[in-house]
Amino acid sequence: MIKKLLSIIFILNLFTNNIAALEADIFVQSTVNRASELLSENITKEEKIEKLKMIAKDTVDIKGIGFYTLGATRKNLSDSEKKEYLEKFEDYFLKSFSSRLAEYTNPEIDVYGKEVLNKNYTIVNSTLKATSERPEIKIDWRIYTKNQDQPLIRDLIIEGLSLARTQKEEFASVLSSNDGDINALFKTLEEFSNK
Amino acid sequence: MIKKILITLITTLALTVNVSASSDGELLLKKNNPAEIKECWEGFNRASFALNQGLDKIIFKPVASVYRTLPTPVKSGVSNSLDNLSNVVTIPNNILQGEFGKAGENTVRFIINTTVGILGLIDIATLIGFDEYEKEDYGQTFAFHGIGPGCYIVLPVLGPSTARDAVASVTNFVGGDAWYNVTVQNDTHYFRDFDYYASKVTAGVDFRAKNYDSLENLEKNSIDFYASVKSLYLQDRQQKILNSKVITDTQNDSDWEEIED
Repeated sequence: MIKKLLSIIFILNLFTNNIAALEADIFVQSTVNRASELLSENITKEEKIEKLKMIAKDTVDIKGIGFYTLGATRKNLSDSEKKEYLEKFEDYFLKSFSSRLAEYTNPEIDVYGKEVLNKNYTIVNSTLKATSERPEIKIDWRIYTKNQDQPLIRDLIIEGLSLARTQKEEFASVLSSNDGDINALFKTLEEFSNK
Repeated sequence: MIKKILITLITTLALTVNVSASSDGELLLKKNNPAEIKECWEGFNRASFALNQGLDKIIFKPVASVYRTLPTPVKSGVSNSLDNLSNVVTIPNNILQGEFGKAGENTVRFIINTTVGILGLIDIATLIGFDEYEKEDYGQTFAFHGIGPGCYIVLPVLGPSTARDAVASVTNFVGGDAWYNVTVQNDTHYFRDFDYYASKVTAGVDFRAKNYDSLENLEKNSIDFYASVKSLYLQDRQQKILNSKVITDTQNDSDWEEIED
């Protein structure tokens, strides 16, 4: 009897674990489908942008990207500066991300593979289908899988070019042009978000 | 002025040359890591970048916007034909990098596409199963033999480059580019100087048209467009030098691990 009970518990445990862990590639495909559905809706660009922001908040690790983008400078910031930075970065990121995507109408993305790098990261491979105006584009997604129940996007690598890395170098350039003054970066982020 | 720039480039390159040639992947990756490439002439580069942006707005962008409205087969034909022509630089570089198999394959590709593919308009080689074509240039060959990139530079009209790549491109004008040799260098009676320059301008327009939306989007959503273009160019260059499409080869995971603490 005990053996039987133990077996049932073991099988149930296996089953629930499998349900809880969301596979990175399935997560990407469902996120893409969600965005694609939204982009093909007959609504205004502003409405699309607002809805895309909601999707980004659910699926992108904005805080993680924010700290990555800041690079080594993060270590020199006080807690209040970090808090202020993250608030400004989120506004900047959501605006930049949603207005980039809102330009596309009905993008078709096919997820075709994945590579588990370690317990924290999986790279998911996909292609954005060609249109009459541009060729097919290869997009790889860096998925943060530390919490397997809730994977999050940390980077988009388009034709081998990392957006997070580009953003990081852009932020470094703003900081170095202003003698490393974080307030100058805050001002630039604010100006971007308000334009 | 051009002479001055060239002398500066050669001097800085000479300072960064690693004489012990190496093709070791990790060393190649490290040397060409965008984060390691120095910004020695930022003032000049930003001025040159602004000039190029101005030229883009009044010449390349308007022409590209018309070009992209052409029927897809026309655009593909032009693009294929330019790619086919670039084989005359790719093949010697395949050989200089010891890629004899690739050199052979690209030679056959060039012959098939130039003849059956009607001067390269149709990429027959790919249709019959050849591997995807990868361009090679003298900058990549210099890098393969262990020469570091030196400083980043934005050349007026020509755009982003590095000291190494700018110096290496001179090879094209001293016999390294068969297309230049038969058009500008020697009077062959078959081609004129115009053919060479027209092919270069068309390549620029074709590139601009292919990246029309991406560049618009990038400019609109950048807080420092100059830095964005620099980063993307250097990442792309690193990828081409490594001849790798496997993104885990070029992406540095330690950068990401750093934010875990």
